[in-house]
Amino acid sequence: MTFLTILFDGVAYGMLLFVLACGLAVTLGLMNFVNLAHGAFAMAGGYVCAVLVNKMGWPFFAALPIAFLASALIGAVFERLLYRHLYDRSHLDQVLFSVGLVFMSVAAVDFIMGSSRVFIKLPEALQGQIDLFGVGIGRYRMMIIVICGLLTVALQLTLAKTRFGSRLRAAVDDPRVASGLGINVPQVFALTFAFGCGLAGFGGALSAEILGLDPHFPLKFMIYFLIVVTVGGSSSITGPFLASLLLGIGDVAGKYYLPKLGPFMIYTIMIVILIWRPNGLFGRTATR
Amino acid sequence: MTGMTTPSENVGFHARRTARWHAGEVVFWIVLIGCGLLFPSRYLIMTEILRIGLFALSLDLILGYAGIVSLGHAAFFGVGAYAAGLLALHGIVGEPVLALLVAGLAAAVLGFATSFLVIRGVDLTRLMVTLGIALLMEALAERFSNITGGTDGLQGIVMQPILGLFEFDLFGKTGFWYSVAVLFVMFLLARRIVHSPFGLSLRAIRNNPLRASAVGIPVNRRLVAVYTLAALYAGIAGGLFAQTTQLASLDVFSFERSADLVLVLVLGGTGYLYGGLIGAVVFKILQEFFSTITPQYWQFWIGLVLVTIVLIGRERLERWVMFVPRRAMRALRRSKAEGGGAT
Repeated sequence: MTFLTILFDGVAYGMLLFVLACGLAVTLGLMNFVNLAHGAFAMAGGYVCAVLVNKMGWPFFAALPIAFLASALIGAVFERLLYRHLYDRSHLDQVLFSVGLVFMSVAAVDFIMGSSRVFIKLPEALQGQIDLFGVGIGRYRMMIIVICGLLTVALQLTLAKTRFGSRLRAAVDDPRVASGLGINVPQVFALTFAFGCGLAGFGGALSAEILGLDPHFPLKFMIYFLIVVTVGGSSSITGPFLASLLLGIGDVAGKYYLPKLGPFMIYTIMIVILIWRPNGLFGRTATR
Repeated sequence: MTGMTTPSENVGFHARRTARWHAGEVVFWIVLIGCGLLFPSRYLIMTEILRIGLFALSLDLILGYAGIVSLGHAAFFGVGAYAAGLLALHGIVGEPVLALLVAGLAAAVLGFATSFLVIRGVDLTRLMVTLGIALLMEALAERFSNITGGTDGLQGIVMQPILGLFEFDLFGKTGFWYSVAVLFVMFLLARRIVHSPFGLSLRAIRNNPLRASAVGIPVNRRLVAVYTLAALYAGIAGGLFAQTTQLASLDVFSFERSADLVLVLVLGGTGYLYGGLIGAVVFKILQEFFSTITPQYWQFWIGLVLVTIVLIGRERLERWVMFVPRRAMRALRRSKAEGGGAT
């Protein structure tokens, strides 16, 4: 494995983490809601995709949008029914609530789908490697980079250029003034939350091959999502994006060069960064 | 001059008044000892309850009294457990009580070192840092599996008699009474601390750190102190775990342990010392109940309990639970006052 291959794998991993976590960047980073259950929505998308492809014989690429829609739908229902009551509660309450959701999702998925790891059957075209300028590149990872790269650009444009994007930024900056200007703040939040969950589900479906999909997914990767958001900061979408790339490359490189240290490096770096800059590497100085 | 008191006398008066032992507290401890005498076949589960209670007491010190939300309290529990386990396994400190103290101190050292990281930053950063420290400890324990025994854990721990007098027996009788003694001593200490001016200043910090510092409370130093103290308590709870179960494995650091602990404390109520103990009883009963219905999936119901508690609201729930006892107390007090007036 050459340095370039590691870099490539790291970028693919980081992109994937970004798609998984960018919904959380809005709820946790912008709306200041500690949602530890974000991984549960990702897991839901992964399992929907797995059932569609493995049991019902759908093509992989047709199942991906369904995974997005299913998770977005679940997210919307949960937001309307439960989450919206907790926006102005204390962080302790939010932690308790979302940890409860995580426990429930883990046990429920274990009950329905079994506790073993699930693999999604990939189409032939995505298997194997291609040789590009002497660097071995996995096709699947190549696809992830392309899809996630496009998604990131689309997200950035949506946030910066569209009417909805400016509404969201206004609603997050100051909900009271925003609603005074006629913006339907709860609706904006609900749509954003659902969309973030949908992206997580999409990421969950994509990540089954790389991260592994089993009922403990929300617990295992909770810390990674949180790292992306807290280290990336909440000023823009670029912060979490760079943070996930760093995390992805760091994790892959760490596992390759220092396999004995395990996740030790990642946690240490996270703590050091948080101590050095409590609002994240790319965060603004003022917090809400 | 009778009505004139200096502020410090005034504070002392009120502190002493709230620190007085209530009848309810005495009853609590008598019931606890009574349980030990009445149900000799249930020693193991009662020991576990006591251990969880002590651990929850430790979290209450920082969460209930100082307002620090921690998701990584298992770090200290784990350090205590491994310290006690290793001390017994290698025969470094054979005597359990002394080993327990050493285990607590080991956790306190880690608590002191990490407290500086925790007090920096706001809620969310604290959450992440505490969580990160626990994960770090877990990763470390996994890395040095030649010392910790990895996922299999420390095996073959043989405990020496407590104080050289009381042998650990198969039924957990010694373990239970040993735990009762440790819990009671630690509780007395905690009670003394939270009712001292130091404890009062902690509550001031929890309610409003800015104002607390404005009246001259050294906020950061107090938080470091209480965090270290809580780590000591958690370490002792962990040491007790290793000594009474003669086991210590990687899951002492697990996130579930920290999360369950927060649930225990919330079930019992934060900010008064009995919260952790009552919560431990309720939690264990719930856990036993759920695992008899669905052995594999009891976590689902625990999660449901958490979600329900939050949705109903902790304050409202407390009002409902305390409705009957409060009524009873009020009636009792009224009848007492009337009786006192008649004579």
